[in-house]
Formats: sequence, C-alpha cells, structure tokens
Amino acid sequence: MDSHSSMNLRLPPGRLEERFHEKKPLYDEHEALTEANRCLYCVDAPCVTACPTKIDVPTFIHKVATGNVRGAARTILTENLLGESCGQVCPVETLCAGACVYNAWERPPIQIGRLQHYAVTTAIANKPDLFELAPETGKTVALVGAGPASIAAAGWLALRGHRAVVFEKKTIPGGLNTLGIAPYKMKGDAALKEIAWVLGLAKGRIELRLGVDVVAGAAGAEEVSAAALLADYDAVFLGLGLGADSAMGVPGEDGEGVVGATAFIERLKADPALTLDGVQRAIVVGGGNTALDAVHELASLGVAATMVYRRSEAKMPGYAHELAAARVDGAGLVEDRAPIEVVRASGKLVALRVAPAKDGKPVGGAAPEDLPADLVIVAIGQNRATQIAQAFAGVALDPKGRVVVDPATHRTGNAKVWSGGDCVNGGKEVVNAVAEAKVAVLAIHSTLMGAN
Amino acid sequence: MADLSVDFCGIKSPNPFWLASAPPTNTGAQIMRAFDAGWGGAVWKTLGNPIVNVSSRFGGIDYGSTRMMGLNNIELITDRPLDVNLREITEVKKRYPKHVVIASLMVETKDEWREIIQKAEDAGADGLELNFGCPHGMCERGMGSAVGNEPKVLEEIARWAVSFAKTPVIIKLTPNVSDIVEPGEAVLRSGAHAISLINTIKSIMGVDLERMIPLPRVGKYSTNGGYCGPAVKPIALHLLSQLTRHPTIKALPMSGIGGIGTWRDAAEFIALGATTVQVCTAVMHYGYRIVEDMIEGLSDFLDDRGMKSVNELRGLAIGQYQEWGDLDLSFRVVADVNEEKCIGCQLCYVACMDGAHQCIHLPGRTEAEARKAGHLHLPAHVPERAVKAVALANAGQLGPRAVPGTRIPFVDEDECIGCNLCSLVCPVAGCITMKELDSGKPVETWNDRIQKGTNLVPGGLDATERARRF
Ligand SMILES: Cc1cc2nc3c(=O)[nH]c(=O)nc-3n(C[C@H](O)[C@H](O)[C@H](O)COP(=O)(O)OP(=O)(O)OC[C@H]3O[C@@H](n4cnc5c(N)ncnc54)[C@H](O)[C@@H]3O)c2cc1C
Ligand SMILES: Cc1cc2nc3c(=O)[nH]c(=O)nc-3n(C[C@H](O)[C@H](O)[C@H](O)COP(=O)(O)O)c2cc1C
Ligand code: SF4
Ligand code: SF4
Ligand code: SF4
Repeated sequence: MDSHSSMNLRLPPGRLEERFHEKKPLYDEHEALTEANRCLYCVDAPCVTACPTKIDVPTFIHKVATGNVRGAARTILTENLLGESCGQVCPVETLCAGACVYNAWERPPIQIGRLQHYAVTTAIANKPDLFELAPETGKTVALVGAGPASIAAAGWLALRGHRAVVFEKKTIPGGLNTLGIAPYKMKGDAALKEIAWVLGLAKGRIELRLGVDVVAGAAGAEEVSAAALLADYDAVFLGLGLGADSAMGVPGEDGEGVVGATAFIERLKADPALTLDGVQRAIVVGGGNTALDAVHELASLGVAATMVYRRSEAKMPGYAHELAAARVDGAGLVEDRAPIEVVRASGKLVALRVAPAKDGKPVGGAAPEDLPADLVIVAIGQNRATQIAQAFAGVALDPKGRVVVDPATHRTGNAKVWSGGDCVNGGKEVVNAVAEAKVAVLAIHSTLMGAN
Repeated sequence: MADLSVDFCGIKSPNPFWLASAPPTNTGAQIMRAFDAGWGGAVWKTLGNPIVNVSSRFGGIDYGSTRMMGLNNIELITDRPLDVNLREITEVKKRYPKHVVIASLMVETKDEWREIIQKAEDAGADGLELNFGCPHGMCERGMGSAVGNEPKVLEEIARWAVSFAKTPVIIKLTPNVSDIVEPGEAVLRSGAHAISLINTIKSIMGVDLERMIPLPRVGKYSTNGGYCGPAVKPIALHLLSQLTRHPTIKALPMSGIGGIGTWRDAAEFIALGATTVQVCTAVMHYGYRIVEDMIEGLSDFLDDRGMKSVNELRGLAIGQYQEWGDLDLSFRVVADVNEEKCIGCQLCYVACMDGAHQCIHLPGRTEAEARKAGHLHLPAHVPERAVKAVALANAGQLGPRAVPGTRIPFVDEDECIGCNLCSLVCPVAGCITMKELDSGKPVETWNDRIQKGTNLVPGGLDATERARRF
C-alpha cells in the first residue's frame, strides 16, 4: 500500500504507448494567439452551453488573446478542475466546438480544446498555485476510486477547506484518464502530472491511498470496509467508474489471445511487459468508442486491425469523426457480423468465426466465415463495478447497475454518500465525470458547513 | 484601359503611384527596382546635412492577428553621404527618364537651402519636396515639423526655395497641427507649387512593461516617433480634404500620403482631390510588388466607371464633404438582419445593448426577461420570422448545424436610430444592412432650422418629449 499526499508520479519506461505521437500537440504561443484571435467572443455563446462543465469559453479565449494566460487558466479551472486533461481528451466535435457559430458559417470551428490545453498547461508551468485555499474546516471526506470524478472532487473539496482521502484499488491513480485514453490524444504521464498538480494545489489536504480496495467487509490489510468509511469520515464520495470488460460468451473465448479492450489498453499504456511480437492481424469486436480506440491504436502500431460490428456503420454508437480518423490510420471495419466462436488450434488462437447478422442478431442458416486473427480484442462494454455501492446502506442501483443519485445534488439514498462519474451516468466522458463531481462538491460543502 | 498618367504641376508621371520619402527610397538601386515593378515616381529619402541614426528605430502595433496596423519610426533623414545620393539620382534619371524622381530636402540656413537645391537639380531631380513634416529628431533642431508648425517660418523658407529652384517646389506638411489650413495658406502665399501630406503623426508605440521603457527602445530609453500605416489613413483623408475643398488652397496640386496600400485607398485619396499618392509603410511591409494591384485595380475601376483618365476621378467626392450643419436631419436608416446569413454570435445584440440604443432584441423572451436584460422599450411589432423561429426551436425541429432561431436577433425599427454600430461589428459580410426608410419629412438641415429660427431641437420637440418618458 502506497500513501501519497504529493508525489512525482511517473509510468515506467518501455511502454508501447511511448511509440505514439500526439495528434494535437500543445500549441506554441503564436499558434494559440492566432487561433484565439479567430474567436468572435460571442455573447451567451453556444459553446458554453455545449460544455458539460460550462466553461466560459469566450472569456477564456479572449484572455488568451490578450496574453492573460493565467487568467484564462483560472476561468477554465474554476469550472473544470481537470481542464488540462479535458482540453486534450474531450470529443470537442460533439461538444463545445460542435456548437461553435463558425459551423453555421461553414468555416472550421474554433479549436477550443487545444486553446484550453495551451492555457492550462502554460499557466501551470509558470506558476502552479492558481488558487488560494480556504481555511481548514476540520472535515474529512473519503473518496472511493481515483478516477477523474474523485480527483476533481478531492481538489475542489481541498480548495474549500476540507481534507480528502482517496482510496484506489489500483497502484496507479487516475482511472481511465490515466489508463484508458488513446495515446495519440494524451499519454498516461500527462494525466499523472495533472494529478500531481491537484495534490500540490491542495497543499497536503489530499491523501492518495493506492492499492486499497474498498469492500463490503474488509478482510486484508489492503482492504477497507464501507462501514469503516461511513464511521470514520464526514462524507463519502463514490467515483467507482465501470467494471471489467464484458465477455462475448462464445465457445473458445477463454484462453490466450482473447482480451478485453480496457484491459488491453491499460497494458498498452502502463505495462512495459506488453509486446505485440507475432501479432500481424487483430480483430476488435464492438462498435463503440472503446472499440474504435482499440482498432485505431493497433492500426497505428502497424497491425492489420479490423473492427467487427454486429450492426451497420450507420448504427455504430462510436463517433463518426473517430471512425474516420481510425480509417485514415488504416483500420478496417466489417459490418453486420456477429462473433459465434473463437477458433483455436491446439489451444492457440487462429480465427474468429462470425455469422452474418441483421439488426445485430446472427441470421439463422447463413454460412459463417472465419476471420484469421492473432489477437481478438473484446470491446462490447464494461460490467458494472457498482455492487460495492450497495454496501453503503441506503445507496441504490438502477436496473442498469448505475448508482442512483438526486441529479440536483448527486447525493445517493444515504445522506452521507454522494456519487458521480461513469458509475452514475453509465459511461460518458471525463468532462461529464468532472461536471458531476462539481455538483456533488457543492452539495457536500453546504452539507458539511451546516447549511443543510 | 484608362489612362493613368498624370501631370503634377508640370511633372509628367506615368501613373499616380509614387514612393514616399522613406526607407523604400533610400538608394538608387532600390528605386530602379521599384520602377521596374511599376511605380511611377519616387521621392528620395530626405537629403540634408550629415546625421547619425539610432538602433532600433521602428515600432509596430498589431490588431488581433493582423500585424502592423500602424508603424512608427524614430529615424532621421538619410545617413548616406550627399554626393553618393546625388550621383545615384543622376544614374536613375539617366536609366529611367520617363519616371519621376523628386528630391526630398531638409536643411537649416538660407545658404544651405540654396546649395542643396542647386545640387539636387543639377543631379537631375524632376522636382523638390521640402520636408516640413518630420516630427522627431529634426524638429528639435528647428527643422521638419518645427517648420511645418510655424506658418511664418514655413512661408519664408518656401519663398527661398521657390526663388532658388528651377523645378517645381512641393511642400510636405505635418499633421501635427491644430488647423491644417494655416500651413496650407502659408504654402499658397509662398508661391510654392504643390503640397504633399501627411508626414507622420507624433506617437509613442507602447511600453515595454518588463523594462518600463516606451517603444521602440534604444538602450535604456525611448523617444516619441512618427506614426504611419493603415491606422492613419482616416486622418490623412480628412487633412487632405480640408485643403482640397478650401476655396484658394485647392488650386495647388496635392500628393496624398498616409496609410495607402491598395488601389482602393489610392482611389479614395484621388476622389478627395489628390493628383498623385505616395506610399511608404505598405511597401515596407509587403514590398514594391503591391503596385501591380494598384495599377490594375485603379484602371479596372476607371474602366467600369466609363472614365478614360484618372484625371476624371480627381475630386469627385469633395463636394459631398459638408459641414455637420448641412446634413439632412430627415434622412433615416435602420438596421436589418438577414436571418439566412446570421450565425447567431449576438455581437450586434451586445453592441446595441451596451454601446448603443438597446433596440436589438432576442426572440422568444417574455416582457419580464427583456426588461431584466436591460431593454427600456419593447418592440411594438415582433417580425413573423422571429415568431416562427422560436416555435421551431421549441418544437425541436432544427437541423444539427442550424442556428437556433432564438439566437437570431431582430431590430425594433421604431427605436433603431440608425447608428450603424451593429452592422460594423457583425462578422458576417452582408448580414446586417442599413436600409433606408422614407421618413416622410422634407429635407431639412440644422442650418435650415437656424435660419428659420424656429424649432432648434434635432428630431423635433416630440423627440425630447418621448425621451423624457423613459
Ligand atoms: C478506452 C477508453 C477510452 C476513453 N477515451 C476517452 C476520451 O478520449 N475522452 C473522454 O473524455 N473520455 C474517454 N473515456 C471515458 C473516460 O475515461 C471516463 O468517462 C472517465 O474516466 C470516468 O471517470 P470516473 O472517475 O467516473 O471513473 P474511472 O476513470 O473509471 O475511475 C474509477 C476508479 O475507481 C477505482 N475503483 C473502482 N472501484 C473501487 C473500489 N471498490 N475501491 C477502490 N477503487 C475502486 C478504479 O480502479 C478506477 O481507478 C474513455 C474510456 C475508455 C474505456
Ligand atoms: C521609417 C520611416 C522613415 C521616414 N523617413 C522620412 C523622411 O526621411 N522624409 C520624409 O519626408 N518622410 C519620411 N517618412 C514619412 C513617410 O514618407 C510618409 O509620409 C509616412 O510614412 C506616411 O505614409 P504611409 O502611411 O504610407 O507610411 C518616413 C516614414 C517611415 C516609416
Ligand atoms: S461559439 Fe465559437 S466563436 Fe463563438 S465564442 Fe464560442 S468558440 Fe468563440
Ligand atoms: S472541457 Fe471539454 S467540452 Fe468543455 S470547453 Fe473544454 S474542451 Fe470543450
Ligand atoms: S452580429 Fe451578425 S451574425 Fe452575429 S447575431 Fe448579429 S446579425 Fe447575426
């Protein structure tokens, strides 16, 4: 068990992730000024409404244009404490930039994410202490999981004067923001650097306990029970994320060569032991953004990678702009095919057997075909890791396994427990996790300060 | 193709485009390259007694991503030896006899003026331009704008020059005066043959906030310099037309200078009475090559207008420059938003709310919302388009890229005073136009009213009455 209050977090060298180049590298000053000067400084701007955290985009861009980069960073971080990550990982095409008035003008929208990345990274590099801390309140909040939801919540709680203790079962903090983001968007070390900045900002008020699993009834030294958290802390925030990758449930699935997408991406990003030696052809099963990321990453590494999706391209839940980008880097797509078996020869993976599908279901009687593969990545969703939430008396899950909260406060059925992020919304983006953490922190703060 | 050649107080020029006396006319080699590019004439970098220039010497001001909206300099006259410049003038005139070379001059005493004029004319200059405009460095020594500022001194030196010169004498004026007519009249009295204006405007370009030294910096200090470039064009146009509409000064040919960079700028100066135009900053920024567009654009414009010669354009706009008191108080325009073009940025809205008359509205607001936003009057009439747009937005029937109708502002025509502000801030070309309304009133000017001695309130007493109600 590691305990950190501030640290120099870094991933070990020799990871596949290091082979990737950023597709949208950090702007230099001149690029930022040029782009910032394109922004019209709209009134009641639609880009603001489209940002889940409601960053005042025209104001921060105007500040970039005047050279007030530190002010720009404050405007961003006030609404979105993880603005540095979000500037790199947000699907801006469907969020802020997708709403930019330039679209209606049939001109390229403002590169809001890149300006945001520039403003925060530049400001932090110059002077990390962008905010003053409120006096200590003497209250302490336990946060379960060290993903973006909990990290943002812990940072904001600390700024408001509370102490925060974050329990994370993995030895690397950051959740999917560190271990899941496509490396051409952001590397794991960048996410860790941001966490270190939040810890620094909090001046010792945040304690990160890595390798500690929060469980129903604690047994080992690396476990803490839900009951203990409820007893020992003034409030609890659950930022559990989603669980392990779902399985296809087809014959032959268990065994080497078949791996869940988030597990695979986590190793690609963090585990120097992972190599792709001997992998020439890979198949990624699924049609969501995780499948798109996996196939794009494999194709970028020189593997002949193809996505197999059980419906048509038009029905894919993954973003069209991500599919287009993956194709540019050589990824393939097979539509309307459902996997029915993993074909092995003396245990070794040889192919994925697929059947033609209509509306997502295998068509009876149609001839299956074998798609040869050295690696099969399963990206058909994640299980819910939310069962643990029920160990907190009064916290309920909906039929889809999502933690039930009051949307106005993100408080659960237990008056001492709040929750936000993927475990509540069923799996959205980092920016949604931060937005929900913000709602929860406001409610926790006013509760702890006796307003309620 | 229209004839671009002009006659400037007897000096024949293949076109009206001259280089102003400045770094682009430092050397003969430069001027010959400029003539090859198409420039019709060049005013040589000012000649005079030996001086030393400082380093650095220029400062620029950017606007957004546009560089050098304005330029300033603390450079003095030429720092090359006089005999070298004179030799080069001879050389240029020998190789380019049809092009114009004007010698810009600045010295102190009567004898110096006599001597330098003779040398310049012997070298082959087609005319002389007396630099009474330089606002830095030389004026402290009693030259440049120190002369341009003092009509009596100006007149006396100009008289000397006229008496010594065999070629036309052009007086270059400084804009750093409160009334340009005074130096203009002094030029007229002196017998000089033409005026060129403007020289640069006294300025400080900015402050280096790290070092706390104004810009441009020379070691530990800076000094005021002369401002020029696109930003000064409106000032130059005004000063030029003050002279070209003056009953007597207008007899003198004018060479217009200040912020000219395109054929359109040039056409505007000519329409306000200039015979030639001179260019400095635009060439320092983009090079001699810009003259190609100037020649082509001006001659196409003249062709389109059915004018055979650039001389037909000269002065066409002067008559339409009148005193405020002669403007028609009954004329009325109102803003009109083209909803097809609008992208919903609402810059017009905020400009009108905070910087004008609160008459641009957002559709779909209740009266309470409109009042809370700061509207003092509510539109009597909401356009059909705005009503429909709101209904569409409420029904969720908008395409993904469509501008929600609720973001497309509309103008309360009864309250719009026709100030133009919204149309100036709108980023989309042709989206906000100012449409003319028939006010139903006869033409009436302020001066008409004074003459009648009746109702002196602009807009009529009922306007004050209306204003009082709010
Ligand atoms: C492959 C992939 C790519 C993605 N790409 C993007 C992208 O480009 N842009 C974007 O905005 N979003 C992206 N996302 C989504 C984004 O990563 C998530 O929405 C975000 O990380 C959710 O944050 P969270 O804090 O809710 O959960 P998580 O990031 O999942 O963090 C939850 C943390 O809680 C820990 N935990 C769970 N249970 C316990 C327990 N009982 N005890 C202790 N610790 C526990 C987990 O180990 C984990 O570290 C991607 C997701 C995936 C899977
Ligand atoms: C660097 C620099 C040096 C100049 N030197 C002279 C000069 O020696 N003599 C002169 O009459 N005007 C001089 N001027 C003024 C220009 O001739 C011209 O009047 C002024 O720049 C306005 O024109 P513009 O807006 O096209 O630059 C100089 C201007 C600049 C920028
Ligand atoms: S909509 Fe586009 S142009 Fe307008 S403020 Fe936002 S980013 Fe700038
Ligand atoms: S946080 Fe994301 S959605 Fe919000 S403005 Fe920044 S880049 Fe856009
Ligand atoms: S400024 Fe122009 S584009 Fe913007 S809202 Fe007004 S009319 Fe529309």
